[in-house]
Amino acid sequence: MIPQSIQTFLSLDLFPLLAALFAAISCGLLGNFLVLRKQSLMGDAISHAVLPGLVAAFLITQSRSPGMMFIGAAISALITVVLVEVIKRLGKVEPGAAMGVVFSVLFALGVFLLENAAARSVDLDADCVLHGNLQTLFWISPPDQWSNLFSAESYSDVPRQVWTLAGTTLGVTLFVSLFFKELKIASFDAGIATVQGINAGFMHMLLMTFVAIAAVASFEAVGSILVIAMFICPAATARMLTDRLKSQIFVSIIVAALTAIVGYAIASWVEVNAAGMIASASGVFLVIAIVSSPRHGVIAKTLNQRQLGNKVALEDVLGALYRISESDSQANLEQLIASTGADSRSRKALSKAQSLGLVNVHNGILSLSKVGESRAASIIRRHRLWEGYLVEQAGLSPDHVHETAEQLEHFVDVPDQSLSKTHTDPHGKPIPPR
Amino acid sequence: MTHTENSQVQSPRSILDARPEHSADSPVSVHAMTVAYNRKPVLWDVDYDAPSNALVAIVGPNGAGKSTLIKACLGLIPRASGTVEFWGKPYKQSRSLIGYVPQRESVDWDFPVSALDVVCMGRYRKIGWCRPVTKSHKRAALEALARVGMEDFATRQISQLSGGQQQRVFLARALTQEADLYFMDEPFAGVDASTERAIIEVLRELRANGKTVIVVHHDLQSVPEYFDHVLLLNMRVVAAGPVSEVFTAENLQKTYGGRLTLLAEAAEAVARAAKGT
Repeated sequence: MIPQSIQTFLSLDLFPLLAALFAAISCGLLGNFLVLRKQSLMGDAISHAVLPGLVAAFLITQSRSPGMMFIGAAISALITVVLVEVIKRLGKVEPGAAMGVVFSVLFALGVFLLENAAARSVDLDADCVLHGNLQTLFWISPPDQWSNLFSAESYSDVPRQVWTLAGTTLGVTLFVSLFFKELKIASFDAGIATVQGINAGFMHMLLMTFVAIAAVASFEAVGSILVIAMFICPAATARMLTDRLKSQIFVSIIVAALTAIVGYAIASWVEVNAAGMIASASGVFLVIAIVSSPRHGVIAKTLNQRQLGNKVALEDVLGALYRISESDSQANLEQLIASTGADSRSRKALSKAQSLGLVNVHNGILSLSKVGESRAASIIRRHRLWEGYLVEQAGLSPDHVHETAEQLEHFVDVPDQSLSKTHTDPHGKPIPPR
Repeated sequence: MTHTENSQVQSPRSILDARPEHSADSPVSVHAMTVAYNRKPVLWDVDYDAPSNALVAIVGPNGAGKSTLIKACLGLIPRASGTVEFWGKPYKQSRSLIGYVPQRESVDWDFPVSALDVVCMGRYRKIGWCRPVTKSHKRAALEALARVGMEDFATRQISQLSGGQQQRVFLARALTQEADLYFMDEPFAGVDASTERAIIEVLRELRANGKTVIVVHHDLQSVPEYFDHVLLLNMRVVAAGPVSEVFTAENLQKTYGGRLTLLAEAAEAVARAAKGT
């Protein structure tokens, strides 16, 4: 005997959850290539543009048979792909604009047809197009005995959408794994792909066909909003987290699945539309990845920049002290501040230099330690070599080079080794020996 | 500088006389090729027989159709008219013998692949459709990376490479294809001195192994030093043949007509070439 709670889950939640999972995974997988080709909008275009195909199929056949609907949607998806290509080539507009034009016009056409159809009192629901009908995917008679889980009979009333989506997911997975190499080269370098005998245009149309299939199969159950989100968010999230296409694809599958489960769980908890909640969750995951990705994330970048800023400030303090000592005067805090600027960063840099033992403070007099002096000398050396280089090789006048050298001294050596034998900079100051 | 046997000077006149006879020994023969973008011709009636086993520079001003010539030969852009043959056969039958190095800016270097992945792409034809990249292909790709001095960067993501290193990765990808004829689109553009040396060394190695390399080149100064043959192009073929015969002030003036700064550069290059021979 299967407990009541599990039976309820099987009956109410299992298929919606599975449909969401399948839709998320198949769209998420293909989304990787859309995102890499900077064609994410294509998923958007296709999922909107199927509407006129659906309505037209209905108007022509006068039936709501799913097969006819599917064919109508698939045809208008393919028309979308072709139209976008045509407008891109003939209309002299950027790809994004071509997609935008095509899908808005086709969607509008769909709405127009729909209203006409509605006027003839038939029930086609426009809302359904946007957020699907996950809640209608019941398992009317789920098995009540564990043993029945394995009998084919229990599965006779599995909703058609779930089967379609399962098949689509299988097909998309096969497509991506079989043609992984071909998709990779065609997305990266169309010219080389073609030279290698992998026609990039053909691969593009093949990819778009699968995008159309995934969009059409998914959107009936989950709606176009979720389809669009799934074409972009899992792949974009995965892109933030990895630097290899293969791992990006695996991560995107995990992200898509996680999004579907978490979104669905929250939606049933607070009782809102599941597709909408899953789409929102995918956006939240993307934001988290953008902020906290270890390499490309905002936090990591900010930390890196701060570290770099601190290093520059420290080197500037050492350089300033070196210059003051060159003029045979003793440095105190005021003099240092006068030459580095009185911001908190150079104060912090000074105390950092002290704690590193690079700078000694004695009765308010600042002096470089032995280690500090050699490090300062190498910075000044670079600075003055750069000044010499900029004057001699780049033809700048001597009073224009300080600022540039001030930037370069922290990062790179002078490219020209022949300069390393000179002893003074363009202003006549000695270049410290290496 | 080496010279090959079939080094004949081609002027537009002699090409007209020679048509339609093209040598089947030539790695690539272009016959009466015209290419147009939006009906505006960029290449007019180009006739050219590349010598075998030579380093050939395609030289000409911006917009002369240098890249277009290469792309049209490889079938990457449609030809309005004319034919291209490789060793006397159409492109489809000789594709595996032809390597291509596109301009570095032609791809998105943020793409999530490693240097080794990119080089492996040069073997996709050998690997075949729907088959995975096997260890032996990876080994071949690593060897190609080593030939351009990049073996230590194999696992780097390509955006972390410098411009010169990226160019070497492209070169390694072409090498691993093991072709007999290579087209390279501005491989020396914006690279550092050590990369330039590495590339020219590879080019000479290729020539020593009997290959032909056709290079779109923008630096007139180095033409006499690096190349055996030159094709001077400005929408049509101005002149083609061995550098020592064709790379003259007069021909350069015809090619660059009116562009004063380039002319000055050309004059200097010719002076250097004269010194060298």
